[in-house]
Amino acid sequence: MFLARVIGHVVAPVNHRVFEGHKLLLVRPVDPQEKPAGAAVIAVDRVDAGVGDRVLVIHEGSSARDLTGEPNGPLRAVIVGVVDDVELETP
Amino acid sequence: MFLGRVIGRVVCTRKAEGLEGVALQIVQRLDEAMHDLGTPFVACDTAQSGLGDVVFLEDGREGCYALPVFLVPVDAVILGHVEEVTVPDRGIAWREAR
Amino acid sequence: MLFARVVGTVWSTQKDEKLGAFKFLLLKQLDQKNQPVNAYVVAVDAVGAGVGEVVLYATGSSARQTKQTEGKPVDATIIAIVDSWDVDGEIVFRKDEAT
Repeated sequence: MFLARVIGHVVAPVNHRVFEGHKLLLVRPVDPQEKPAGAAVIAVDRVDAGVGDRVLVIHEGSSARDLTGEPNGPLRAVIVGVVDDVELETP
Repeated sequence: MFLGRVIGRVVCTRKAEGLEGVALQIVQRLDEAMHDLGTPFVACDTAQSGLGDVVFLEDGREGCYALPVFLVPVDAVILGHVEEVTVPDRGIAWREAR
Repeated sequence: MLFARVVGTVWSTQKDEKLGAFKFLLLKQLDQKNQPVNAYVVAVDAVGAGVGEVVLYATGSSARQTKQTEGKPVDATIIAIVDSWDVDGEIVFRKDEAT
């Protein structure tokens, strides 16, 4: 999983049942200091996240298929949690 | 998954088994600002895309789940056609021209 | 499997129910020379690791091969706390020497 910030929405007509009833959100991976940590990806939202939320994203196929209950889902990225807090060690 | 724009198409008569009837498109990946990202690549198309269309894709093995035959030697698949992209913080509200 | 240092804890209440009561730790990956690699990963803890410890984590389907994560949608799991490692006969990391 990685930390990411929800930065936007993607609207696309449903053409695979795995996407039915779920929002597609654009998320940008971030490090704990909020620095961007890679290119933005499109993730299926499972937790009703919104733009601006810091979220946990799973990025692996078989977990994504399990989460969406779709054994043949063509996807890897799923938002699985809204982050309340990241507690960092004190240096 | 990520955004891309169809910039061309590839025609191949002789393809690996399982790819019969699957269209191949040349895709430029886009970032959230709809700017080009990286080098264009070839993807299988499950969304009847046309030149200039903005699409979303999955790469790796997962994309193949959308194809008629799963175990095919393919690493990028167009899953759908995108109508709108909104990124409020960057003032982006892209909408497909109709 | 990869080396990482546990640098923090991630808290989330609004999460997918399949993730149950997992504890999420924030890891910073380390290379074989014990140098931080510029990548953070959020992993499920299967061994009771704590912040500051150096651990081994597994990714992909291997992340589901522990008792805690079996059959769960998890893509990174801490599978061991590292005591030491060496490369070419040289000790690179030893837990009791680390501060």
